[in-house]
Amino acid sequence: MQAPKPRTQRPVDIDAGIYPTWFLLPAAVIFGVMFLAPMFSSLYFSLTRWTLFESEFIGLDNFVQFFREPFLIKGLANTLMYALVTSALKVVLGIALGVVLTSPIWARDFLRSVVFFPVLVSTVGVGITFTVFMHPQNGIINQALAVWGVEGPAWLTDPRFALLSVALVDVWKGVGLATLIYIAGIVSIPGEYYEAARIEGATWKQQFFLVTLPLSRPATVTIVILSFIGGLRSFDLIWAMTKGGPGFTTDVIASVIYKQYQAGFYGLSTAGNVVLFLLIAVLVVPLYRRLNRTGSIK
Amino acid sequence: MKNFPNRRQAVALASFWALGLLGTPSHAATTLSVLVDAGPQTLGAFKALAADFSAKNPGIKVDIETRPGGSEGDNMVKTRLATGEMSDVFLYNAGSLFKALNAKRNLVDLTSEPFQANVVDNFKTVVSEEGRVYGVPIQTAMGGGVLYNKKIYAKLNLQPPKTWAEFQKNNAAIKAAGIPAVIQTYKDTWSSQLFVLADFHNVNAADTGFAERYTANKAKYATSPAALKGFQRLEEVFKAGYLNKDFASAKYEDGLRMLAKGEGAHYPMLTFAIGGISVAYKDFINDVGFFALPGDDAAQNGLTVWMPPGLYIPKSSPHIAEAKKFLAFVASVDGCNAQTRGAGPQGPYMVKGCDLPATVPPAVADLVGYFKPGAKSTPALEYLSPVKGPSLEQITVEVGSGIRKPADGAALYDEDVRKQAMQLGLTGWK
Repeated sequence: MQAPKPRTQRPVDIDAGIYPTWFLLPAAVIFGVMFLAPMFSSLYFSLTRWTLFESEFIGLDNFVQFFREPFLIKGLANTLMYALVTSALKVVLGIALGVVLTSPIWARDFLRSVVFFPVLVSTVGVGITFTVFMHPQNGIINQALAVWGVEGPAWLTDPRFALLSVALVDVWKGVGLATLIYIAGIVSIPGEYYEAARIEGATWKQQFFLVTLPLSRPATVTIVILSFIGGLRSFDLIWAMTKGGPGFTTDVIASVIYKQYQAGFYGLSTAGNVVLFLLIAVLVVPLYRRLNRTGSIK
Repeated sequence: MKNFPNRRQAVALASFWALGLLGTPSHAATTLSVLVDAGPQTLGAFKALAADFSAKNPGIKVDIETRPGGSEGDNMVKTRLATGEMSDVFLYNAGSLFKALNAKRNLVDLTSEPFQANVVDNFKTVVSEEGRVYGVPIQTAMGGGVLYNKKIYAKLNLQPPKTWAEFQKNNAAIKAAGIPAVIQTYKDTWSSQLFVLADFHNVNAADTGFAERYTANKAKYATSPAALKGFQRLEEVFKAGYLNKDFASAKYEDGLRMLAKGEGAHYPMLTFAIGGISVAYKDFINDVGFFALPGDDAAQNGLTVWMPPGLYIPKSSPHIAEAKKFLAFVASVDGCNAQTRGAGPQGPYMVKGCDLPATVPPAVADLVGYFKPGAKSTPALEYLSPVKGPSLEQITVEVGSGIRKPADGAALYDEDVRKQAMQLGLTGWK
């Protein structure tokens, strides 16, 4: 015997449209003028020799030149390195701070706002300030180290440390956001789990690794994706602190493109932007899909 | 509307006021905007120029706008030209950078202006395209070489060197005295290029015709032993430990201080730094001297010369007639005198009849010596060839701090140059 059909609401026919066409027109015009037109014209200009005054069609020469760029590989490696270091450190420090700032400690709300404060400050301002702090002789960091008898390195001018120094400043600036997301994740874990764990005799270590860490996984995924994308397109902090230097040692893809633009190679730098766009899409779309699939607690 | 007796009067007054904004009332009517770089010596010169010009032309007020220097400034100038938002008059490099402005399309042709008769012919060639002249000289010709501290030289009993070997001998003596021999300021990357760019007189002396073959893609920095020397010497002074300790994080301003106060002996630099020292370290200006970057042969010793930048008028300016008046003033003896008053004497003017005062700082006297009859000099490569790669400053920082080998750096620069030549669409490059 057939079961009676459950009564359902008649679905709205989306394809037929809820709104009349003229209603969509203003948004379509804005989207077309501000987004579609620049996108297609940049695709065209990436195929030209462009002086801003006039352009000459040269086929794929710009792309050939862009891939011949001596610092492309170095820039790519630096970009990935930067994205990995910053997102890993933000996760580790973010969860540590998140645990501390959800415990019943003194002046908790004040400490939370202190951790979040650097997120609100202008990136270029932070960059310039830390450039002064990291000066090898006169900077406050090395002078503080000297008090302990340690001779600090040339943070921003030694090619071995420069990229890492900038990444650390990025982490200092961005860890507040990661902490905030972790705090939200940790407070949403039901207290019963901890109660049960304590009854079973779990140490604080076991509580952290077996309860807190797995249950704040959605927060971890969000932070990894956000800071990874942020790291891939990082530019402002690097430019404010090292301008890609010393030499080319802290160049990332975005600064390579920016320098081509500064040199007046407009077609070439547009081609570079097209490549960067494709690169981010290739790396981030699968990550994003994964986030959507595993974003909920199973 | 209580203040107005009647409506018609109010309308008349309002329209009079509106016309006043657009039309030309009797005094201080036109404001001429002038875009210049923000260097202290440039600003000093332009404040004096503006004051003297407005005194002679009471109807025209000069408004000075500033922009950053280096490639950031290049970019700004090109963008403002392309969008038609350039000021009425602007200052920009002559030579290879001028070639990228598309003068024919963007700038007012000044070839047949009467004031061009005052301009030295050598300068006209570096602001010309297809035989038409588009600019007048502003500020003075410069030399690329080494500024040195005369007190240290006197104390150690040294003589300005004529060859690289003598220069290195002096460096060794200075280092032995516990003073940094060569000041480098790599935080301002542009300041790292002098050992390569100011060596061109020596390159040309050893390898005549280099500029022509270089433009035609037939000579390379990496394969011409004479041209490669600049990169090698950059490494040599680093390896010998002659540099100031903070060379990687010091800036141009630090370099001026170290040189003026004797915290270092040599600063490879363009002579416009003399203006910077006379503004910031006035009391020490007489302690600073200058010599051309020495090469291998004392008999060929001479100077690599930089032309002054030009002043140009964009076609988009609504005040072309007034702008031409301003340029005519700049290219006159009165204009030179105003600049000397505002920024101090810095070098030879490219305007006929302009003389420097009888007493000039020693470094300027040293510089002027290279322009006297019998002395040797060569224009810098950027005035002989449109080809100049944009990444030289990063490459020279790497070679000069031991990150990259000289031969490798020179080859990298050749690749950079190739990229620029292709972007310019020059023939013979691919």
